[in-house]
Amino acid sequence: MTRLVVGPFNRVEGDLEVTLDVEDGVVAAARAGSPLYRGFEQILRGKHPMDALMFAPRVCGICSVSQSMAAARTLADAMGLAAPANGRIACNLAHAVENLADHFTHFYLFFMPDFARAEYAARPWHARAAARFKALQGSATAEVMPARTAFLTMLGTLAGKWPHTLSIQPGGSARALEASEKIRLHALLRDFRRHVEATLFNDALEAVAALDSAAALSTWAAEKPRGDFGLFLGIADDLALDQLGRGIGRFMSYGNYPQERGLLLPNGVWDGRLQALDAQVISEDLSHAWMAGETRHPAQGLTQPQDGKDDGYTWCKAPRLAGLPMETGALARQMVAGHPLARDLAGRDGQCGGSVKSRVVARLLEIALILPHMEQWVRQIVPGEPFFAPGEMPDEAAGVGLVEAARGSLGHWLSVADGRIANYQIISPTTWNFSPRDSDGTPGPLEQALVGTPVADGHVAVQHVVRSFDPCMVCTVH
Amino acid sequence: MDKRTQNLVWLQSGGCGGCTMSLLCSGASALFDQLSDAGIAVCWHPALSEQSGAEALALLEDCAEGRVPLDFLCIEGALLRGPNGSGRFHLLSGTGRPMTEWVSRLAARARHVLAIGSCAAWGGMVAASENPTQACGLQHDGEIPGGLLGAGWQGQRGLPVINVAGCPSHPDWISETLLALAQGQFDKQDLDALHRPRFFADHLVHHGCARNEFYEFKASAHKPSDLGCLMENMGCKGTQAHADCNLRPWNGNGSCTKGGFACVSCTEPGFEEPGHPFHETPKLAGIPIGLPTDMPKAWFVALAALSKSATPKRVRDNAVADHQVVVPAVKKTGLK
Repeated sequence: MTRLVVGPFNRVEGDLEVTLDVEDGVVAAARAGSPLYRGFEQILRGKHPMDALMFAPRVCGICSVSQSMAAARTLADAMGLAAPANGRIACNLAHAVENLADHFTHFYLFFMPDFARAEYAARPWHARAAARFKALQGSATAEVMPARTAFLTMLGTLAGKWPHTLSIQPGGSARALEASEKIRLHALLRDFRRHVEATLFNDALEAVAALDSAAALSTWAAEKPRGDFGLFLGIADDLALDQLGRGIGRFMSYGNYPQERGLLLPNGVWDGRLQALDAQVISEDLSHAWMAGETRHPAQGLTQPQDGKDDGYTWCKAPRLAGLPMETGALARQMVAGHPLARDLAGRDGQCGGSVKSRVVARLLEIALILPHMEQWVRQIVPGEPFFAPGEMPDEAAGVGLVEAARGSLGHWLSVADGRIANYQIISPTTWNFSPRDSDGTPGPLEQALVGTPVADGHVAVQHVVRSFDPCMVCTVH
Repeated sequence: MDKRTQNLVWLQSGGCGGCTMSLLCSGASALFDQLSDAGIAVCWHPALSEQSGAEALALLEDCAEGRVPLDFLCIEGALLRGPNGSGRFHLLSGTGRPMTEWVSRLAARARHVLAIGSCAAWGGMVAASENPTQACGLQHDGEIPGGLLGAGWQGQRGLPVINVAGCPSHPDWISETLLALAQGQFDKQDLDALHRPRFFADHLVHHGCARNEFYEFKASAHKPSDLGCLMENMGCKGTQAHADCNLRPWNGNGSCTKGGFACVSCTEPGFEEPGHPFHETPKLAGIPIGLPTDMPKAWFVALAALSKSATPKRVRDNAVADHQVVVPAVKKTGLK
């Protein structure tokens, strides 16, 4: 057995180090290390509760709005406050813009450039992939950056700026929209739809969203050239990416986008069958983190760094649901929501679990699924009606806010005493996905998905598996 | 302009990556072409480049040893000196060495060092409260000169660390600083007293604020979403904060004050610890403690009293509504 330390990983958000034990050319065991600690949970103690709105987005510059949404929902829970319809819709729109922009950025700038690497020079698709996706130079970068920038101008209108807004409030949105702004937002959504329909899918979003099985996806891809998604599907078939990075087969979603009644994307757990989510059985195990303390529910969680602790190999805690690791992200959301394509790709008997291919497919599927809803949401805004409802924070209170960031389930837990933050705990999506081992020795989802991955020069297969989760390491340890 | 390609290396430490995300929102249709046209080669950026692992480390080592010229070293995120001065709160992955050590070694070889964002400039958000990670900026610890590299540090071209501050920094502040440096059109006189590029730091956020009529009449917002001025009650520091955020829009047409929330003075050292909740204006005897820059207190008090007494009904009513409830009158005669 040989031990390899791989890092720094490019094109992930933040710093990641993966330690691989290799036997017979494949990974026998993996350890995911997060070598950066910043201390937000320590910083927030003693602050005014509303200051969470200022600090939370700065946990992460790429899922900043998700962090704002989680903080706002946590504060609203503690205040017993509900946003008016306009406020709910405006916040959903801001959140969805960020989530879709993240999927788009991940695919084009973070994930696909690996297929332009010289290791693949002999593959039949390599010349196309290199011309299209070569990091910083490929033709896609020059097309995608302006489309992304234009799409994110929606957040100039909805949230003042991106990242790091304070428009998102427990009582709704601080940014009331006028009738002409509805028109502008709708036009920007249509612009982005035209771009992804032409460039990414070469088909209507509704046609992509309606693909209902792996076979239907293959047939669709074979009909005619299918844009950059089609190029990916061809590469995925050639490299058997449906067999790479097989996950643990347990998916969790907190659900997302509150509607007048219920959530657009439901919450739940899928492990071969759909189950209800019980957030009371979430805990964080600290056995392999450089953190002091025992396993606790995040409402009572502690963040006490302990550098050099025995058995520690990361600043990342190990979140567990009823003692078990969970995979979270776009694929998990669609598994829980019961999308037939996701269920067929990652839920078949004997083949249960995500893969590099199904994680990437689920992200692009989500662009196709959510964008049409956003067009409807814009139409539902009623200018002149309130966007914000005022409320009071009690001196003693507790709250929880569960949302779905692009990368998966994001939770904030708050307790307030004497009008100040007594405790603030954050569990981010990548904390779930890239968690270390727990006290039973059970590895986290990435650590398990890496087992069996071939290790060759450049560790390119390892890189595909890591990036298929779209990790955000700055969120992971905050 | 130098004929030789100028090498840029970008590293991230104790930050959120938000300044990179902001940079990628550049209005320039092809940011990377623009940099390349100016002779700047992006040799390594952790979010964008192809190389990972050993390839990336070999490049950093070559730059640190002077084998590859390093023209621009851009650092995003605070420098974490803890725990206990060890720098172990951020070890650059794959190296086991503190990022603070890497940054010091690379800075010694760099022609120019840029602090991208307020974390790298001053310590920023992660230095709040008791500063659990001993975070500081490259050449400032809050407003105190020093930081990781020391007050006397200079790049090979004689400039101190250039503080492209902001939380996040504006994409144009970053790209225009780089382009000006690459063209040899940026020197010491282009930096303000806190070493921020003057082209954005010589303005106040107040300049061009869309709420100016409400400010003039001290017609103030009382809650989020109100249209009125955010200074009196909502914690806005736009009349004191150095930046051109309302002259140079964000994400198309935005700014913090347009987004319905206060300027928190994110380009200023120490903004993370204002000494009051961010959403409230601290007052003494009903008067905001933080007065507009260059404005004597007595004048402000007199002006505020006068303008409040002269506020038109339209401005007063709209200030506490989330949309115009009274629109400006349409005059029946031609405007004079």
